[in-house]
Amino acid sequence: MNIDIMEMVRVFAVGGGICVIGQLLLDFTNLNAPKILVLFVAAGGILTALGLYQPLVDFAGSGATVPLPGFGYSLVRGVLEEAASEGWLGVLTGGIKNAAAGITAAVVFGYLVALIFDPKSKR
Amino acid sequence: MKYNQYADGFSPAPTYLKNCLLAFAVGGAICETGYLIKAGIMAAGADEETAATWSTVALICGAQLITGLGWYNTLGKIGGAGAAVPITGFANSVVSPALEYKKEGIIFGTGAKIFSLAGPVLAVGFSVSTAAGIVYKLLGAV
Repeated sequence: MNIDIMEMVRVFAVGGGICVIGQLLLDFTNLNAPKILVLFVAAGGILTALGLYQPLVDFAGSGATVPLPGFGYSLVRGVLEEAASEGWLGVLTGGIKNAAAGITAAVVFGYLVALIFDPKSKR
Repeated sequence: MKYNQYADGFSPAPTYLKNCLLAFAVGGAICETGYLIKAGIMAAGADEETAATWSTVALICGAQLITGLGWYNTLGKIGGAGAAVPITGFANSVVSPALEYKKEGIIFGTGAKIFSLAGPVLAVGFSVSTAAGIVYKLLGAV
């Protein structure tokens, strides 16, 4: 297994740093966690469209793709790639296609877990 | 002694720095887990793109299982935004309300509530990405 210690440091620093921005928004604004999730996905998408998020992904890998702005990045990158290769229809198909595995896993496995477990086990 | 000074003596010390450090530690650790899973799958011969996708799926399923067991809330209490902002927080937000509303039935209770927090995220995410594609197309950039 090829593990790069410097990359691990970059992953931790950038991933943790994005979460600190979220924590500051939680503590110093009236935004709650769900609103911050929506805000971060939108921000990730907009920064990607402006060409500003790709450099962060190149720098920090999982540190930039695992936090929620990475979901917006994945959607916008999919749209732009497929718009380039397939034309206008790609604008509608590229986003979900690029994020399909995560979205489907979250919905299907989430449904399964919710069916199996008991609400009272949720603390 | 003024009332405010007196009351301050009983208020908890500001925890903002502690909150930030915990968010950094928990959020960083979750991203690191994603990196290690990705590196492990790449070691098995997958290319980076495929390994990253599997790693995301593993983080999502792992977080949802932990939510079902009732442990993700504990992580959220410790890590705050550090537990909420990574993709695992999104995965948690799919299961949590679905579990809560199980009593309303498994189709229109659980099945609908899966999207009560994830819905806004998907609606805004899809809209932003589609808008980005339209703007790029109109500008002739793609």
